[in-house]
Amino acid sequence: MAQYLPILYAIVALGGLGILFGLVLGVADKKFAVEVDERVSAVRAAVSGANCGACGYAGCDAYAEAVVRGDAKANACTPGGARSAKAIAEIMGVNAEARAPMVARVRCQGTCERVTARFDYSGVHSCRAVSGISGGPNACEFGCVGFGECLAVCAFDAIQMIDGIAVIDDDACTGCGMCVGVCPRNIIQMLPKDQTVVVMCRNAATGKRAVQQCKTACIGCKRCEKACPSESIKVVNGVALIDDNTCTRCGACIPVCPMHCIVNFYERNAESETSVTAQAELLDS
Amino acid sequence: MNPIVKILLFMFSCVLTNNYIFSRFLGVCPFLGVSNKVETAFGMGLAVTFVMALASLFTYFVYYYVLIPLNLAYLNTIAFILVIASLVQVVEMFLKKSAPSLYSALGIYLPLITTNCAVLGVTILNITEGYDLLYSVLNGTFGALGFLVAIVLMAGVRERLESAKISAPLKGFPISLVIAGLMSIAFLGFSNMFAGVM
Repeated sequence: MAQYLPILYAIVALGGLGILFGLVLGVADKKFAVEVDERVSAVRAAVSGANCGACGYAGCDAYAEAVVRGDAKANACTPGGARSAKAIAEIMGVNAEARAPMVARVRCQGTCERVTARFDYSGVHSCRAVSGISGGPNACEFGCVGFGECLAVCAFDAIQMIDGIAVIDDDACTGCGMCVGVCPRNIIQMLPKDQTVVVMCRNAATGKRAVQQCKTACIGCKRCEKACPSESIKVVNGVALIDDNTCTRCGACIPVCPMHCIVNFYERNAESETSVTAQAELLDS
Repeated sequence: MNPIVKILLFMFSCVLTNNYIFSRFLGVCPFLGVSNKVETAFGMGLAVTFVMALASLFTYFVYYYVLIPLNLAYLNTIAFILVIASLVQVVEMFLKKSAPSLYSALGIYLPLITTNCAVLGVTILNITEGYDLLYSVLNGTFGALGFLVAIVLMAGVRERLESAKISAPLKGFPISLVIAGLMSIAFLGFSNMFAGVM
């Protein structure tokens, strides 16, 4: 019997120590307990987790806290979309209206071949810097300059530069809107994903001057205005604009545009992966 | 020798000549993992200091008043790990309550102090070197301060490197290891500093 005593000692000693420390930890746990609203972590789990800031808060954690405090709406997480909004609404017990999914649209198709170059630029690789130099190296002062400032801020890799203009990948774009603010040309706009008909130009010049600047510039001819059955496309300041609230997406404006600057994104995405190539084919034909 | 002078020398040698990271190569995981920012590195250093000092204290009692009387000295590793794990848990709870920002900045590295070999290293060295209670606690505290010095210095260098132009193959982890090596060589300069007087 005596030879087994050391084993017994070992078990009792270690077990005793373990129980002792366990008790101390148990007391400490009560003493240092932090009251975390479990809804905060639940909401945090329901949002996208991209920390993009589209909701207007410093990050997903801050947004989750604001939701539970009641300061933020359940549907403010743009990347999370309807799924997040629904999940958050369930956690918080409110009815959230699902927000129409948004997507960023770069309203320019002035690729290297189509836009006329004015001078060679070899300076700082920045859209802002180059836009400040006498209207930029392209003849069109309104279009994409192609240095990809938007690409750098996109947290979802949804933007790529193809032939000198930014192209949005609809599937990857979560609609956070980060790219809108950094574009010095203001050509990126957030549009509802179902707004498939988009005027892909912001050139305010009209007629011959616009054509000289870019082969796909809106010349302000107002043919689309006349073709539109719902009167939702208007030429304002020399460039066509679609009111996405009244537009029926019928596409009547597309064939009448002599410059091919109105695009149906539904067909365009169906045709080709990289939408620009599809557009180029359309133009060449 | 005057005992106070002896203690002072011992403290200095813990921080400089016997630095746990640079001369014993213990605790390198958090040293590389949490040294991105000086602020979090400092927090990590303080957390490790706290754990090491208390671990030295508690393991002394556990070893000399529980394990030795029961002839269980061979169980020291597992018993010490038990002490360290409990201490880390307490530190974690304390930080979560009092410094949530530091808590979230330390992230996974906080519970990983449990497996920080420097902490276990200190407690085992206290036994093998035969330190008494005072020297054990001093060894733990100042050894950890040496860790703090090392990790804060490393974080300072790495913050500067953020803006430096580093060739692609060396970027990130490789250059950190090179720096750690260079710092270790620099700390080699302290060795035998107190050899004549101690």
